[in-house]
Amino acid sequence: MIRLTVKTYSYWFLLPAFLIYFVFYLLPTVLSLFFSMTRWTLTDWDFIGFDNYRTFFSETSLNIGFRNTLIYAVVTCVFKVVLGLFLGAYLSSRVPFKNYLRSVVFFPTLLSTIAVGIAFSMMMHPSQGIINTSLAAIGITGPDWLGNTKIALLSVAFVDVWKGVGIATVIYIAGISAISPEYYEALKIDGGSARNAFWNITVPLSRPAMNSVIILSFIGGLRSFDLIWAMTKGGPGFTTDLIASIIYKQYQAGFYGLATAGNVILFIGVSLLAFPLYKYLARSEVHL
Amino acid sequence: MKKTKRYTAFAAALLLVLAMLAGCGGGTGNGGGGNGASGTDGSAPSNAPKKETISIMVGSTGTLLDAMKAVAAEAEKKLNISVEWDIKPDGAEGDNLVKTRLATGDMADILAYNTGSLFQALNPSQNFVDLTNEPYMADILDSFKQTVTSDGKVYGVPTGSTRAGGIMYNKKVYKELGLTIPKTWAEFMANNAKIKAAGKTAVIATYKDTWTSQLFVLADYYNIQAQDPDFAKNYTANKAKYATTPAALRGFQKLEEVYKGGYMNKDFLATTYDNGLKMLAEGTGVQYPMLTSALDEIYQNFPDKINDIGIFPEPSDSPDINGLTVWMPNGLYINKNGKKVDAAKKWVEYFVSPEGQAALSGKLKADGPFVIKNVKLPDDAYAAVKEMQPYFDQGKTAPALEFVSPVKGPNLENITVAVGSGITPAAKGASDYDKDVEKQAQQLNLPGW
Repeated sequence: MIRLTVKTYSYWFLLPAFLIYFVFYLLPTVLSLFFSMTRWTLTDWDFIGFDNYRTFFSETSLNIGFRNTLIYAVVTCVFKVVLGLFLGAYLSSRVPFKNYLRSVVFFPTLLSTIAVGIAFSMMMHPSQGIINTSLAAIGITGPDWLGNTKIALLSVAFVDVWKGVGIATVIYIAGISAISPEYYEALKIDGGSARNAFWNITVPLSRPAMNSVIILSFIGGLRSFDLIWAMTKGGPGFTTDLIASIIYKQYQAGFYGLATAGNVILFIGVSLLAFPLYKYLARSEVHL
Repeated sequence: MKKTKRYTAFAAALLLVLAMLAGCGGGTGNGGGGNGASGTDGSAPSNAPKKETISIMVGSTGTLLDAMKAVAAEAEKKLNISVEWDIKPDGAEGDNLVKTRLATGDMADILAYNTGSLFQALNPSQNFVDLTNEPYMADILDSFKQTVTSDGKVYGVPTGSTRAGGIMYNKKVYKELGLTIPKTWAEFMANNAKIKAAGKTAVIATYKDTWTSQLFVLADYYNIQAQDPDFAKNYTANKAKYATTPAALRGFQKLEEVYKGGYMNKDFLATTYDNGLKMLAEGTGVQYPMLTSALDEIYQNFPDKINDIGIFPEPSDSPDINGLTVWMPNGLYINKNGKKVDAAKKWVEYFVSPEGQAALSGKLKADGPFVIKNVKLPDDAYAAVKEMQPYFDQGKTAPALEFVSPVKGPNLENITVAVGSGITPAAKGASDYDKDVEKQAQQLNLPGW
């Protein structure tokens, strides 16, 4: 018998990579599972079973945190997917100053999130911020963007979209430019309009790009922390707390075991939402 | 043939791993060492004490660092010990840094850090040198010592003056409007109404910096203690709660009443501490529940306005109960596991000596009376500080709760923002805080929780 494939390299060569993976990924993961069940002061620890999980779930702000995290993830994800698609399609077509416009859209992604957060929280100041002073100039009294408990979370989500839509657009541009021009030519011969081209060719055929955007921005939204911390610190009160900011507050208070338990919960929560979503999206891609 | 190939692969993999480990080892080798050479060890015995360098970890906000540098300059002349400064951030970030550095054995020789509940969280007996039997301890007031005592041993010396928490007010505006200092909460609310009617902000609220929202609750502790002397003890033992002790609940209710009266500045959620100080100094805002450490900052930015600022205690419901809640100064602690414990001990001894304190208070304007005997307030002390002195003289002071109980929930500032801006009712806020406290006590593994 002739073997068709020859094993060129020995599996032993995986060892260094595996060791790195073990030391920097597997080991911390297992350890964090362990430390989430301890009362931990960095130097010593007591094993206390599931008490940390119990405490974390009885956290007053946790209900708000779960709801906010979901709202935040869904809102930012939807806007990035939709806006990114239109921007991507627009910037792939023949428009003047295309490259300039592309860089304008991409520019916010290059900025530090903290800097963006601080800048926007100044612009959103209820009476002195540039947003409300401009609104006042045309006779509209703007709300307190970050102080009003009903809209504070959405204000932060808006900034997140402003900052993140550039990445989505780039992914869409890549996806759209991979569509064979023959489809568009065929459509033209059949007398289709630009609108037909967008809805019947661009949208369905950029589906793989859309799925990447959905997954990336949804998981990013679930784990989001830096922007909310820079803009509201979870306040006023607890109204804009996300799971990640609740965890950070525990850590800040020196409750390391409790914060670790929160992270394990976040990890499990993100997995429970993200894996089925990914499966679903992957399946719908095949059906194309 | 096949076998040799496998061995070669294994050997190659092993080599890679070894190279990797060697790389890591080289990296960590330098990290742990710390402050390097402990003086040139030529050690020919000479008369002058050997030049030594110790490190001090201290926060950078306020005037303490500058004042300590002044002491260090004097100490270097006298003791031949120079100081290397190890600057840490303040607030919760600094707390974490301190805990991490202690845990990794990388702490400076001397640490300047909070007293009271935050100090208790550092595991003092394991980390710091016991100073109980040092001769200078006799000169330090017991009210301070209890805040740096753990298991009956004293670990720290004070870095400065006390501060009070109360209602800071603009005396000029008070005079203009013909107001008098309120002795009861009802009088305070009446003053607020008059100030509001005059078109000024009655109570300054700066909830953009969330920590400033806690004062109505924290500065009310004198009133709680006056009505319920065992509150701190019972509270630490999980037998008294904010929500179920009427005297304690009042703090949250007062916060709510001020919000409901509409006495706060517009945009209070977007207003910062610095804005608040400016409003107080300029008299657009008339009263500010705050710690007197704010006096330093007002003095830095508005030196000509500093004597317009006064302070009165947070009023209680009875005119007979009227006293100040006092915050103790930070402490200096000597790292037990440091390399230069003896030099650090000498330095600390100099720091609390009359000479050291003279150098210190030359730079540090007092925010309240001192806690070392024979260190008196200078004549040029701030007007507000002089206004505090009578309460101290008459014994009408109480240390803030965080200095007499290790229990303090980390989320108080968020809860007080919620109550103070009408999101949460006072009673709910108090019970939220009780839950927060329970979590902290469990994490500290206090008995009875």
